[in-house]
Amino acid sequence: MPTTPIISLKNVTFQYQNQSEPTLKNIDLQIKPGEKVLLTGPSGSGKSTLGNLLNGVIPEEFPGELSGQLMINGKNLAELDLTALSFEVGTVLQDPDAQFVALTVAEDIAFALENDNRFVDELHQRVQQWAEILQMPDLLQQKPQELSGGQKQRVALAGVLIDDEPILLLDEPLANLDPAAGQGSMELLDRLAQERGLTVIVIDHRIEEALHVPFDRIVVLKDGQFIANDSPTHVLQSDVLLSNGLREPLYVTALKDAGVDVSGLDHLDKLADIILTPDDKSKLINWQQRLPRVQVKEDPVPLLNGNGLTFGYPGQRMIFENFNFSINAGEMVALVGQNGTGKTTLINLITGFLQPQSGHLTLGDRSLDSLSVKERAEKIGYVLQDPNQMISKTMVFDEVVLGLQLRGISQEEQEQRAKRILQVTGLYPFRNWPISALSFGQKKRVTIAAVLVLQPQVLILDEPTAGQDLAHYAKMMDFLRKMNRQLDVTVLMVTHDMNLMMSYADRTLVLDGGRLLANSKPAEVLTDPALVQQAHLSQLSLQKLADKVGIADAITFAEKFSAYERGKHDARRV
Amino acid sequence: MPEESEITGNSSVERLWIKRLSGTTKIVILLGLSAIGMVSYDTFYLILLTVFAFVFYHAAHLQWQKIRALVYAVIGFTLLNLVLVYVFSPQYGTEIYGTSHVILGRGFFALTTEELFYLLNMTLKYVFIVPLILAFLFTTDPSELAAGMNRLKIPYKICYAVELSLRYIPDFTREFKQISLAQQARGLEISKKANLWQRIKGSSQILVPLVFSSLDRIEVTTRAMRLRRFGTQKKRSWYMTHPLSKLDHFFIIITIALIFLGIWLFKVNGGRFYNPFV
Repeated sequence: MPTTPIISLKNVTFQYQNQSEPTLKNIDLQIKPGEKVLLTGPSGSGKSTLGNLLNGVIPEEFPGELSGQLMINGKNLAELDLTALSFEVGTVLQDPDAQFVALTVAEDIAFALENDNRFVDELHQRVQQWAEILQMPDLLQQKPQELSGGQKQRVALAGVLIDDEPILLLDEPLANLDPAAGQGSMELLDRLAQERGLTVIVIDHRIEEALHVPFDRIVVLKDGQFIANDSPTHVLQSDVLLSNGLREPLYVTALKDAGVDVSGLDHLDKLADIILTPDDKSKLINWQQRLPRVQVKEDPVPLLNGNGLTFGYPGQRMIFENFNFSINAGEMVALVGQNGTGKTTLINLITGFLQPQSGHLTLGDRSLDSLSVKERAEKIGYVLQDPNQMISKTMVFDEVVLGLQLRGISQEEQEQRAKRILQVTGLYPFRNWPISALSFGQKKRVTIAAVLVLQPQVLILDEPTAGQDLAHYAKMMDFLRKMNRQLDVTVLMVTHDMNLMMSYADRTLVLDGGRLLANSKPAEVLTDPALVQQAHLSQLSLQKLADKVGIADAITFAEKFSAYERGKHDARRV
Repeated sequence: MPEESEITGNSSVERLWIKRLSGTTKIVILLGLSAIGMVSYDTFYLILLTVFAFVFYHAAHLQWQKIRALVYAVIGFTLLNLVLVYVFSPQYGTEIYGTSHVILGRGFFALTTEELFYLLNMTLKYVFIVPLILAFLFTTDPSELAAGMNRLKIPYKICYAVELSLRYIPDFTREFKQISLAQQARGLEISKKANLWQRIKGSSQILVPLVFSSLDRIEVTTRAMRLRRFGTQKKRSWYMTHPLSKLDHFFIIITIALIFLGIWLFKVNGGRFYNPFV
């Protein structure tokens, strides 16, 4: 049954004004009304550019050379400017704080209609209607900074859907959400799409998380061209994702590596619907038995300890009361828990950015209590999520050496220490480069080097791999593991990424409402359903696979698989 | 965190009549009365305005704790101002009122009743205008204010800029704190331990990252606004607009009447000054 596509791109090429090569090359894409498409690709593949083309930001805000034919909802690109397109395509941006423009939820939902100069009565009525659809009538008077990540995203959705656009475009909707909130968001999107017959385009490289709800198609971009454009099952059956630096769902990787013939499996995008033959099951069981066991670290020695920490902002509920934790020397530790549960506060207490009302912190046998922020930084380094918030010099070397300069260390020693760190971090060839010429991942490395040059015993990182595709992610994590081993730095990572935690952390601290729910091995955390639910985490699909196949010891399976995965990354790079 | 006071505002505070006044009305009252009040030196008239202002001040139920610092600052500034006016022109009162009743001292710095009376009138201006500003400041929602400004024909892009800057103050403060602390961890000393030059030099270490991350933020926010058609129409409506109520009309009429009374008094007094000395 032929339907006219709602989006049609024919031979579309786009080149940014100041670049020598086109970012999108001869793109052909037809999307039918009501289709749900996952647009993915490694960093720099052009997927954001394509998104910006569909909502009109290109060419209006980023000038360049555009050729080919682009039709949206029956209209030619020539008749569509950014304003006209905004009635066809509703866009939810990646950063929910930037998307949330107004002072309250109600005003933000009404924003587009306010700009259309609609009557005030209509604004109130439509806002009320959408608040009910998205089940948040009691949030209407709240301010953006009082909302959780998931709530902000709901507001953002209401704010674009209020115009009844037929097409919804979401740029990395999973980026800032904890695992449970991410699943909630995808479910909501799915419900809205079904109820309102929306055409949905999701741009994200978190493929497994996005596939929590069914998609009709996965489109994979690389170097500005499509390398796959097919049903999720077909895309997953092929090796196009892994071979292009994208992560495929873990269970798919496990099935493939166990030697199961996935080309015969329908519904490969939905684990629950996959039907495995007894032969497939025994293949998996045999394969997992052959995987090497994970070496467990010998007796852990506590390094960083918090005893009886109590903290709350003045006039507000206590965040921590009599809180204890400990982090072992030489370990890589993941700190997880839902948004707003006190992870950042805990980090700020450790770095001395905040002072507890009572309680003590010790590093080894030394008390940290009387040390200033500056003194603590020599023992505990802290790297913020956004490198732009840390970088204050223009050249790489100057940035790395800054901490030493400010501590009045001799010129000679400064250069010696900076040189060593630059070499260890692989930045030595870039030492005389302007920082602005580096990629995001390299900038992040510079900030890590600038912290490591002070020779801290503990390195704390906030979301070390945020916004990076699998290839860059693996690079960053291997880098951190190298630092951990070579410099003997204990690493504490705040993260929402269950994969990262499973693959790279020796231990997981689970925080919930100011309490430590668990301090144990990642696999033990993820195989405890009650814990997973309470802390807003999500189970790995691997565990569901283990259940399905009848592998009793899901913990060991998950551990062995993570170690095996890590080994594959290492092997690929050698 | 800033602004929690606004959030916890309980329902009895919500129902205050001063909160129900439209932003437009508040701007009219504030601008109208401060203009006429600045010009007039009629003591009785200024006392009348003061009484009027305290009606609002009382209605706002302000917590002394929240406004204390501000009030002390204004009092300090006023006293300083009075002393300076006296030091620079101790005979200005005599000049205005045409008579000279010396209370104390002699010569240029002789303190006259006229000068004191003049200073009293000046003080009265602060006494009426400060409570009025405080009352409106703490009972007006920024969006409501922006909507009110827009109703008075101020271009909506300017009004929205005001609202937007208020929207981003908490985010900006948080970011500033975060960057400042991260730079202190790097070894930046901005406490009193460092001398002034070091502190000025060090502040660039905070400003550079702050400016760059803010520029990024502005770019994304602008895009978010354009994608929802901000700035495409000549006019814009506001969710927070209230139609002017009876109460609004009542106060606007009173304000206009007070302004006319002030102007009429210029005629009666034969100028801006009420003169009790002749």
